[in-house]
Amino acid sequence: MTTEATAAVKLTRKDFVTDQDVRWCPGCGDYAILSQVQRVLPELGVPREKIVFISGIGCSSRFPYYINTYGFHTIHGRAPTLASGLKISRPDLCVWIATGDGDGLSIGGNHLIHILRRNLNVQILLFNNRIYGLTKGQYSPTSEEGKITKSTPYGSPDHPFNPIGIALGAGATFVARSIDVENQHMPGVLLRAAQHKGASFVEVFQNCNIFNDGAFDYTTDKENKLDRQLRLENGKPMVFGKNNDKGIRMNSQMQAEVIEFKDGLSEKDCLIHDETNPAIAYMLSQMVAPKFPTPMGVFFAIQKTTYEEVATEQINTAKKTRPLTIEQLLKSGDVWTVK
Amino acid sequence: MTTAGTSTSGRTRTVTPKHDVVIRFAGDSGDGMQLTGAQFTAEAAIAGNDIATFPDYPAEIRAPAGTIHGVSGYQLNFSDHEVFTAGDEPSVLVVMNPAALKANIKDLAQNGILIVDTDSFTEQNLKKVKYEANPLEDGSLDKYQLFKIDITKLTTAALNDMGLSTKEATRCKNFFCLGLVSWLFHRPTEITIQHIEKKFKNKPGLAEANRRAFMAGYNYADTTELFAESYEVKSAPITAGTYRNITGNAATALGFVAAAQRAGRPLFLGSYPITPASDVLHELSKYKALDVVTYQAEDEIAGIGSAIGAAFGGAIGITTTSGPGLDLKAEALGLAAKVELPLVVADIQRAGPSTGLPTKTEQSDLLLAMFGRHGESPLPVIAAASPADCFMCAYTAVRIAVKYMTPVILLTDGYIANGSEPWKLPEVDQLPDITVKFATDAATYKPYSRDEKTLARPWAIPGTPGLEHRLGGLEGQNGSGNISSDPDNHELMTKLRAEKVQRIAQEIPPMRVMGPKSGDAIVVGWGSTFGPIHAAVKQLQKEGRSVAHSHISYINPLPSDLGDLLKNYKKVIIPEMNMGQLRMLIRANFLVDAIGINKMKGKPFTISELVTKISAIMDGRKLEAVQ
Repeated sequence: MTTEATAAVKLTRKDFVTDQDVRWCPGCGDYAILSQVQRVLPELGVPREKIVFISGIGCSSRFPYYINTYGFHTIHGRAPTLASGLKISRPDLCVWIATGDGDGLSIGGNHLIHILRRNLNVQILLFNNRIYGLTKGQYSPTSEEGKITKSTPYGSPDHPFNPIGIALGAGATFVARSIDVENQHMPGVLLRAAQHKGASFVEVFQNCNIFNDGAFDYTTDKENKLDRQLRLENGKPMVFGKNNDKGIRMNSQMQAEVIEFKDGLSEKDCLIHDETNPAIAYMLSQMVAPKFPTPMGVFFAIQKTTYEEVATEQINTAKKTRPLTIEQLLKSGDVWTVK
Repeated sequence: MTTAGTSTSGRTRTVTPKHDVVIRFAGDSGDGMQLTGAQFTAEAAIAGNDIATFPDYPAEIRAPAGTIHGVSGYQLNFSDHEVFTAGDEPSVLVVMNPAALKANIKDLAQNGILIVDTDSFTEQNLKKVKYEANPLEDGSLDKYQLFKIDITKLTTAALNDMGLSTKEATRCKNFFCLGLVSWLFHRPTEITIQHIEKKFKNKPGLAEANRRAFMAGYNYADTTELFAESYEVKSAPITAGTYRNITGNAATALGFVAAAQRAGRPLFLGSYPITPASDVLHELSKYKALDVVTYQAEDEIAGIGSAIGAAFGGAIGITTTSGPGLDLKAEALGLAAKVELPLVVADIQRAGPSTGLPTKTEQSDLLLAMFGRHGESPLPVIAAASPADCFMCAYTAVRIAVKYMTPVILLTDGYIANGSEPWKLPEVDQLPDITVKFATDAATYKPYSRDEKTLARPWAIPGTPGLEHRLGGLEGQNGSGNISSDPDNHELMTKLRAEKVQRIAQEIPPMRVMGPKSGDAIVVGWGSTFGPIHAAVKQLQKEGRSVAHSHISYINPLPSDLGDLLKNYKKVIIPEMNMGQLRMLIRANFLVDAIGINKMKGKPFTISELVTKISAIMDGRKLEAVQ
């Protein structure tokens, strides 16, 4: 996000709260995400009228109704398409997309990968609850294999998607992950996403307490979460555990492995996180519980030209080097006059 | 009347005047026949003839050489009077190989001129298209004036000292043909030579080769006295003005640019390549200096989605497609109708269903445009009548979209999209006004308040302080736009959306009638059938028939005076390139027992078939009898 910060008045969380009743189920993880986003927006220094939230269909996609900015609740899976058209024609706006695992990875998978590869300067928040909530409980593209749901009473035969892996594969320039319940962690990730120039992809683990309750309990469990999460910090060794006594290193097969700091092993043997290294980012994306701690934070962040930069530049260059009026355009080509 | 003239070689040459000529060039898709046709058209236009063209090319880019699938054709009608179509049957046919002969010979008029490249009539090529005997030798072409010319050999001979490969030299044979016909129709050579020099500015070798091939063809016709006579088509009485020859797709693109310029807003095209609509994308991608953004989206849905997003931001959002793409855009169109944002969707129709005949024309998306969305989702529909008419229709589509805050569907089709005709250039400042006024007053702003006259809601774009609002597909309260599932409100909104579209009827000029104000029959058409219907009705009127022609440009809403107009005739006849889609609408709206003339061949109507069928209907004969 590089939108000019021109807010004269310092905004607060309250400025981003709408008068609409929030209609998510009580206890839904979406409340926490909404609250974190409303907390972060005043930090951006962007006037409220320059912020736009665009969503598709699903529980997550109700998001724009509850944020007092410009908003557009569109159709299933297509939020990135509207966001692209808006951002290309209005690079001055700060555009956010709220989507979910069904909206963004199933019906809208195509648009998601293309907005990432084009690197439009937008923020994409993918609420991953690993279930279809709004349609009342079918399995989603991130549901685990064998999952019993309303539409898979004998277990889902699908292999699930890995959202971080997809974003990296699509050429995303900013890829991160956070969790709904981690109100200390999410704001930092959201802020980084907003400040990144280019498409930012943030997967947010989000609990659906009605249809998939406890999907992330293993990772978020208060007692053990420090042993089960790997907090990523750029330039720092990959260390985790209640007592900071475990880490990640590359073995001789060039594969990640968990080490405990004993028998002479220490933090010095751990891999140093480098947000600009795609190999590390990919390796992290493949680290799945319970074999590995679940990585949280920024996996990958690099700079590339954005689509709208190039598009705008082409227009400006054309205006300078080959100026044209509509009158001239109409009269171009082989023209003849009849008297 | 035949006169004698002097040729460049000093020989006397017989010149026969003609009122009109229909010529068709046909060859393999790699033979350059489209280019030959387009260049010959430019010569005719500059000579002051009225013209209409119809390129006809295969779905395959380079089908196996010498096969029927690979035949590409370009037809031009040029005349000393007004023309409305590219002509029913060619009186001159130029064919580059046996496949082109086989595919086209049935259309050539009796005693028509047939020019053939004999070099391509090899045993192998004849076999490919199942000619058992060489038609050039077996007398089967006796009813035509057959001119057998070694076009390939003569072309390569003319270029033999240029160091070109055989393949490169052979490629120039289309310009040899152009030279031949330029002589045949008395065209000055300078224009084409200038054109060659301009086109191959950066490739002087190619420019020289093509110039030589062109002159070789011209001189060959001149010195060998190949043709006993040559022909001259005098200039047509055309309204004074500045003209250019334009295809429907180019005119559509220019109409959009002109409208956006007039509105003072950037133009945003979101589009996915599809035949025969891609040329609009190509054309618009060149006009960045006029604030035109073209976004080649990942699919048809992204094409329309991005255009809606751009419209939300205050741009003139458009998307271009053909039938299969319109299917895919249906859901997004429903969203645009619900959120009441301006948008234009251009559907360059082609023959379906499914992939159908992608390069052939049809008018079979009318009911899709009218009704192809779930729920009650009415949209205005406008259809262009001819290549040049695409300009005003595209312009009008934008004007209405902005004025009424609604998506508009613009229908053209493959025939007028690729066909061309002279277009009298408009004065930009004379074009109808398009005013965009964004909402700015936070005190009075309501997302779904309505203009009294048009029922349009205000257009409030992001970046406007105090007007932050949320749009969405969920039904909203009239006025506030807040989500509402109130039954009365939904019924009200359904009616308002319909009423808004109906009010567009106040934009529609009175129906124009060519012919008697009442009588035995009126022939009503829409879209690209305008040309053949107009010409056919004119001919019937000359024969003394009591028949009129009227054309419908606005299909939703229909013109408010249309119902009364139809009552003035004993019969209402509706020719369409479909099974009767407008007829269904006319019957439903006006309870008129309209009679259809329907053609589903991927080809436009010919004038003569319409004359025959309209006569039959007027005489009370069964259409089957005249098929």
